[in-house]
Amino acid sequence: MSTQQRTGDTIRFSEPPSIVEFGAVGGKKEGQGPLAAQFDLLFEENTFGEETWEKAESRLQRHCLDLTLKKAHCKPEQVNLLLGGDLQNQCTATAYTMRNVDVPFAGLYGACSTMAEAVGLAACFTAGGFADTVAALTSSHFCAAERQFRTPLTYGAKRTPTAQWTATASGCCIVKPQGDGPYVKAVTFGRVRDYEICDINNMGAAMAPAAAETILRYCADTGRTPADFDAVYTGDLGIVGSRLLAELLKKEGVALHNHKDCGLLLYDIDTQEVQAGGSGAGCSASVLAAHVLPMLRRKEHNRVLFLSTGALMSQITFLQGESIPGVAHLLELSSQREG
Amino acid sequence: MKLTPEEYDGLSKQASPKSKLLQDCLWAFGVGGAICLLGEILRQSYLAKGFTLTDASTMASVTLIVISAVTTSLGWYQRLAAKAGAGTLVPITGFANSVVSPAIEFKSEGYVPGVGAKMFLIAGPVIVYGLAASAVWGVIYCFIRTL
Amino acid sequence: MGFVWAFVIGGLICVVGQLLIDLTSFTPARVLVTFVVSGVVLSALGWYQPLVNLAGAGASVPLIGFGHLLAQGVMDAVESMGLLGALTGGFTAAAAGITASLVCGVIAAVSSHSHDQN
Repeated sequence: MSTQQRTGDTIRFSEPPSIVEFGAVGGKKEGQGPLAAQFDLLFEENTFGEETWEKAESRLQRHCLDLTLKKAHCKPEQVNLLLGGDLQNQCTATAYTMRNVDVPFAGLYGACSTMAEAVGLAACFTAGGFADTVAALTSSHFCAAERQFRTPLTYGAKRTPTAQWTATASGCCIVKPQGDGPYVKAVTFGRVRDYEICDINNMGAAMAPAAAETILRYCADTGRTPADFDAVYTGDLGIVGSRLLAELLKKEGVALHNHKDCGLLLYDIDTQEVQAGGSGAGCSASVLAAHVLPMLRRKEHNRVLFLSTGALMSQITFLQGESIPGVAHLLELSSQREG
Repeated sequence: MKLTPEEYDGLSKQASPKSKLLQDCLWAFGVGGAICLLGEILRQSYLAKGFTLTDASTMASVTLIVISAVTTSLGWYQRLAAKAGAGTLVPITGFANSVVSPAIEFKSEGYVPGVGAKMFLIAGPVIVYGLAASAVWGVIYCFIRTL
Repeated sequence: MGFVWAFVIGGLICVVGQLLIDLTSFTPARVLVTFVVSGVVLSALGWYQPLVNLAGAGASVPLIGFGHLLAQGVMDAVESMGLLGALTGGFTAAAAGITASLVCGVIAAVSSHSHDQN
């Protein structure tokens, strides 16, 4: 344990754990988007053969977990711990998936930030020697989220241009202490930031300060800047949040020219009518597993920062007029173990 | 970060794309107008069939409600509304949509706690405040009449 | 001409709703409540009936017309039964619309299912 280093909020692994395998499963709209070819599995019907949208999300997760374990040549019983979460109330999508998976399970809720949170914790568990194989699994389902957070699906409403589209997708990563990479070199768990944005249809604006805060803390802790990386990926800031992130970092004297947002990569925002971009716990998870990690594995990227951002409100706090707190967790990912 | 929420509010307003006002209004005008026109055509045809003025209006409204319920069930009303905005929200068809859509949606939570209880999730406030206002007006009107 | 007025007036009332949504922080639900209550008030002031005379369904189909219906119903009921009419008039006038909607809702719940928007 003493060989690990923690500076400020950033945990740097002396023996970086490896994301040995990863998988991404998507629904209909994701299958029409620019990343379609990079998904492991896509479905035409977002019911995934189930009767309710809640069951559909669990089914989606199960597909993702099963195919990722298969790719990793790993049996469920070899998994020491599964860290996962989703957007449903009380995290039921994941809990109900885990009814049929006989693996220790710790449920996480970080809204759309859950994937970076799960992989970050998985890296800590494996690097610390507490587990040999940890799975990180998250999902979101447009229909399940819509009926829970907004309105019935057949209700006629026009979306505002700042609204984001909940992805119907799931991503899974298997983390081990050793492996061929990509490697998790460092993790910075974010602090909650709230700049009094109350508009539930403008989550990007609510989350951007948290993302900026985490990046700034990582930079201060490590002495690096975004320019040291091939790319800085954020999960789900969308158009609005991406603009704001660049603006906020500029004010702090940090230039951000290599930024990409998962919510803007997953969909073609000009033609797919997703307003300000994608969101949801499955959005950054599936983009990580379908796009970012494969690029690291193919050495098209050497070093990237990956942040998932989450808006931590509920329907109740929103109706009570509370503003929306945001959080962002950062992973430093590398194709090489050393350096 | 040394930014105040007030400063951030300004930044986020700048960064947020605005609604396309003209386009939204044209859609609302066109679709809303068309639904009202359909209502008028229905009303006139019920009048021609010998209904009284009040009954013809009521029949026209009920017909629009049924049309809205059918198109809602098929998922078409939502698709039109995604473009038409207030054009599909404000007419009586929007009211019917707001009753029928939760009824369909919450069927999975059962007919009593789902369909029955949640049917007026969106339309409830309209009925509550509409009727409350009418009761207030009734009392005032009653008072005026005695003057 | 009646049809033209129905289209134009109905369309314009919807545009007012759209402007409220786009320019203010009004949610759709708030717009509907505002429209119904305004309908009651406008009708009480005697300002809405002329619009109904001109535009027919163009004025009665938008939710302001629902408010107008409630206000007129209450007035009729007060005429015939006094103060008690304040309690019965609104629901009586709105009965057809509300009952039709909820019956349709139950039928739709039985016969239809939730639709994906993707």
